[in-house]
Parts: sequence; structure tokens; C-alpha cells
Amino acid sequence: MSRLAATFAELENTGRKALIPFITAGDPHPDFTVPMMHAMVEAGVNVIELGVPFSDPMADGPVIQRASERALAHKMSLRKTLAVAAEFRNTNQTTPVVIMGYLNPIEAMGYEAFADAAKTADIDGVLTVDLPPEEAAECTALLKARDIDPIFLLAPNSTNERIEKMDALGSGYLYYVSLKGVTGAGHLNTADVEQKLHQIKARTNLPVGIGFGVKDAETAKTVAALGDGVVVGSALISKIEANLDNPERAKQEICELLSAMRLAMDSVGA
Amino acid sequence: MTEKYNMPDVRGHFGPYGGLFVAETLIPPIQDLNAAYQQYMNDPEFIAELDADLQHYVGRPSPLYYAERWSRELGGAQIYLKREDLNHTGSHKINNTVGQALLAKRMGKTRIIAETGAGQHGVATATVAARLGLECVVYMGAVDVARQSLNVYRMKLLGATVVAVESGSKTLKDALNEALRDWVTNVDNTFYIIGTVAGPHPYPAMVRDFQAILGREAKQQCLAQAGRLPDALVACVGGGSNAIGLFYPFINDESVKLIGVEAAGDGVETGRHSAPLCAGKPGVLHGNRTYLMSDEDGEVIETHSISAGLDYPGVGPEHAWLKDTGRAQYVNITDTEALEGFHALTRMEGIIPALESAHAMAYTMKLAPTMRKDEIIIVNLSGRGDKDMQTMAKREGIEL
Repeated sequence: MSRLAATFAELENTGRKALIPFITAGDPHPDFTVPMMHAMVEAGVNVIELGVPFSDPMADGPVIQRASERALAHKMSLRKTLAVAAEFRNTNQTTPVVIMGYLNPIEAMGYEAFADAAKTADIDGVLTVDLPPEEAAECTALLKARDIDPIFLLAPNSTNERIEKMDALGSGYLYYVSLKGVTGAGHLNTADVEQKLHQIKARTNLPVGIGFGVKDAETAKTVAALGDGVVVGSALISKIEANLDNPERAKQEICELLSAMRLAMDSVGA
Repeated sequence: MTEKYNMPDVRGHFGPYGGLFVAETLIPPIQDLNAAYQQYMNDPEFIAELDADLQHYVGRPSPLYYAERWSRELGGAQIYLKREDLNHTGSHKINNTVGQALLAKRMGKTRIIAETGAGQHGVATATVAARLGLECVVYMGAVDVARQSLNVYRMKLLGATVVAVESGSKTLKDALNEALRDWVTNVDNTFYIIGTVAGPHPYPAMVRDFQAILGREAKQQCLAQAGRLPDALVACVGGGSNAIGLFYPFINDESVKLIGVEAAGDGVETGRHSAPLCAGKPGVLHGNRTYLMSDEDGEVIETHSISAGLDYPGVGPEHAWLKDTGRAQYVNITDTEALEGFHALTRMEGIIPALESAHAMAYTMKLAPTMRKDEIIIVNLSGRGDKDMQTMAKREGIEL
């Protein structure tokens, strides 16, 4: 059983939901990322999404765009992101790590070389924002052959046909983008998300993580009740951005927010 | 190439290039767009409306002008200019915006967005939006807003909102990123008019089909005026819409050489250029696989050209395919050479070209003398130079 499957199975057994933070590797500095990942695990997260910085992050709002720019200023890359993940794995063998980014760095490395490198780094999942199922067959097959889960996005306007396509091609979990827009935008509409999750859940047995628009413990709690996991990114990166002169304080504030989310999520149904 | 050219395939692939590389939220609106495009391009009523607009609003057909004096001066092939500079709004860009705006209207969209580099596509979009009474937002890199301020003012006069994009290199690619972010946020009421033959399928094919009018005209005009097909076609290539518009109707005419001219900026060897076909490698950006300027980590690198309209790290996927198959040839022209082309056409023929088109002129100056006097070159004069007066004056130390 993959690390992601085991994690979601154990959460289900204990009636809890996954807390899934997203941070950009190398933001604000390459040395910051591994200690931040360990601290987030301490704060109660279950899966870590590690963003690969990209020069043209088309699906991201300004907060994650700037995180990418800060990381790129330190020459962070896909290769170095994998090295960060491998270093984390040296001292943590249980928390799944998902690499999230755009296709061109993978194209530049070559699909097969990337799949091998991801396996060597003991990556658990790969989410490529601009690689929809239409174009994903080759890359997905290479990942699956190495027991790495390809993670796909679902959106509010995804049809039943597409949900079934993602269910067939994806594994690990599905990432439901809760609103039409870029990361960090607006506020999600709980009723809309609930309705869509019914539609999705009727067509897949994969766990569904919900992201885009999760800002605080309150929204985390609400969203946790609707799916299997809560993804939070921009709200965390805002803490980094607000403390560029003091990364330790950024780490502390991120962990406080995640702990509060953990507490709120675990109080669902209690 | 003996078989009839029939690209792209049903999924928008030109061999390994093109395709549909976008985030999930954009898939449904792109599918809707593709369905509408397939429907209306075969709808006689739509085509009739498009043709009428092209004739009465754009001013088509544009002339094919025999540049007799310049041809004599260069002492080789006879040069004909396809006068897209004479179109309404001053470039070929309006052929496409008229078409896409009609499509937007048929699809019931009330809001138009666009990206622009030199501002020609932005102006052409703002123009059709004004005419149809649609809200219009144009994204433009902050660097381009500064160097093409006349076109910014034109767009504002036409009622468009111009958003200066401050992210990344603050040029055309960043404007495209921002337009995609807008589209993903406003998919329900918004139509994204992409200005070049790039982007996710069906844009490369759709924009080509709207621009191919200029190549079809050029073919007929050349046959009528010179009694035969040309020997070579020359066009500048940024994203590559004016070049594809000219090349496409000639692809099966194997005797006709197709030559695309990229912007070499300070020189391809300096790294400060915008010539992905000459010096890039395949990659994925803005929804399609194509030749791209990116570093070994796959990060897109900043480009340079004196011409804002060519200052783009990618290129339409069909050009990538035409390069790999050898059907078209791609060359490059530096900023300095482009300025020579600019001055030559201005002085020899009394026509001031856009700096983009000046790259095609500069290559023609190299090519024509190597050809026989009974041979024919058609050069796409894709736009007029009025918008570049400030850039030229500044470069030559003149205060306007």
C-alpha cells in the first residue's frame, strides 16, 4: 500500500481528515524548507505538498507567484526540490510528500529521468497543474510503474465524464479546486462545495482533498466536513511573506495556524 | 511532402507539438470554444457575416503591392508586399479579432479579455469590443505599457481597461499568464481572444484559420498580377500569426519557400534575443508544446527584442512542426538589422513599417540579391510603424 493510501486509510479508521499544507520549496530560502516540513508534521499535518517554483505559474495568485520568485532568486529548481524532499525523508519515513508544479521543468528533465529521480527521492505523489488527462498518459504510466501516485485536479465546472476520467487515471487522492480562480483567491461557497462533493464522491472511491480558499481554522473545519482532506497554501505562505526578515517567526506562525486548523478539524462531529 | 497537409489532428497536435496543457478549470470553457469554432467555421451564415466585416470594416482585401524601386535597388528577386498595414487599426491582428469577437457574440459572452505585446492585438481587440458593445480588459506587460504608450492610449479611448502586468519579465508572456488567470476566474461570462497562433488547442488552429485570409488573397493576387506563384514568402515570427496566415494557403505548393524571421535582439549568440525556433528547445508553456526559450531547469528565460510584438519566449506550435519537417525555414534578424530594414522601406517605397515587420524587410534585403530577377518574393508587411515613432525617436536621440 502506498504511503498516501496508508495515510488516508488510517485517518478514515480514526474518523479524522487530512490536513495538507502547501509550501513552495526554497521560499524564502532553501535552508528553510526541510526544518519547516518537520515542524509542520509536529503541528499535526498528514501530507505535505511541496511546490516546485516556476517562472510562469499561470494558475497561481500573487502570493504563490511571489513565493516562486523568491525561491527562483535562490536558484531553486525541480532537481533541488527533489533533493529537499529526499533530505526530509531521511528523518521522516511516514509522512507522504507530493510534488506540485508545472510541466515545463519536468519536460526539461525528461519524463523518464524525472520519474526515476522522483522515485530515488522517495516522492509519494506528483501533481502537475498544466497536465490534464488529455496529455498525461505517458507521464502517468511512468509514475505508476514506480508506485508514485499521479494526483489530478477537479474543478467546479468538471463534468461527470471528467470526474470518471480522473478516477481512472489518478491515484492517492483527487484535489478538488473549490472555486473558479487562482490559488489564494476569494472565499469558497460551502453549499456549492458540498453539492459538488456529492457528485464527485458518487463517482470515485479515491479520497478528495479540497483546496483554494482555505484561510483559517474556521474554513478548514467547514471544508474538512465536506471531503477527506483540507489543502492550505496561500494562507501559510502569507506568513512567510510577512516575516521575510525573521523566518523563525514565520515558522512559528505557520505552525500555530496549522495547529489551530488541526484542532478545529478534529472537533468535527465530536 | 506529397500528401495534402492536414494539421492539426483532432486533439490539436502538430506532430509532438500543440495540444492542451492547461489547468482543469479551463478545460470546460476550452471544450465549449472548440465546439463553437467547429460549428461556426462550417456555418455559411457565420462565414458570410465574417466576410462582410472583413470587407467593409477591416477594408479587405489588402493590396499586394509591387515594390518596384526597392526590387531594382536590391538587384535580385521582384518584391511584393502584402499590405496588412493598411487594415483598419494598422495590422493583421484585426483579421483574427473580428473573427473571435463574432464567435464570442454567438456564444453569448459579454466580456472580452486579451493579452498584448506591442499593443496591436490589444487595439484590434478593443476595437471589435467597442463595436459590439462588449466589456474589454487588456493585459499588457508594464515594460510594454511604457514603450508602446500610444497604443495604450488608443485602447483607453476605445473604452478598454488596460492592466499593466508587473510580474515576471513584465512583457508579453507575463501578460498571457495574467490573462489566463483572469479567464480561470471569470470563465462563465468571459471570452479570451488570444492574439497569436499559440495557446491551448483550438487557438493555434483557429487563429491560423482567421489569419489565412491574407495568404489566400496574396496567392490570388500574385497569380493575377505576376501570372504565377511566388518563389519565397517572408514574414516575421513572434508568436507567428502573420507568418502562418501567409504560409498556410501555400503549404502544399512545394515550389514556394516559406521563411519565418525571428528576432535576434542583440544577436542570438549573446543570449539576449527572442528566437526560440533558432535557439530554443521543445517545452511546454501557455497551453501548448513548442520550441521555447528556457534554461536547463525548465524555467522560462527572459527575452529581448526592440520590437515588443516579437518579445516572446515561445512560438506557435505549427511553426515548430513546419521547422522539424523542413517545410519552412526560420532565420533571425538583429535589432540593428531590423532598423536598417525599417529605414530602407521607408526611404525606398514611402512606407513606414512596424518594427516587427521591419525584421521581415531586413531579411528580404539579404535574400533578394541572392535570387534571380525573374523570381518573386512576397513579404508580409504585417503592420504599420506609427506606433513605433517614440521608440525610433528615442533610439536616435530625438525628442518628440
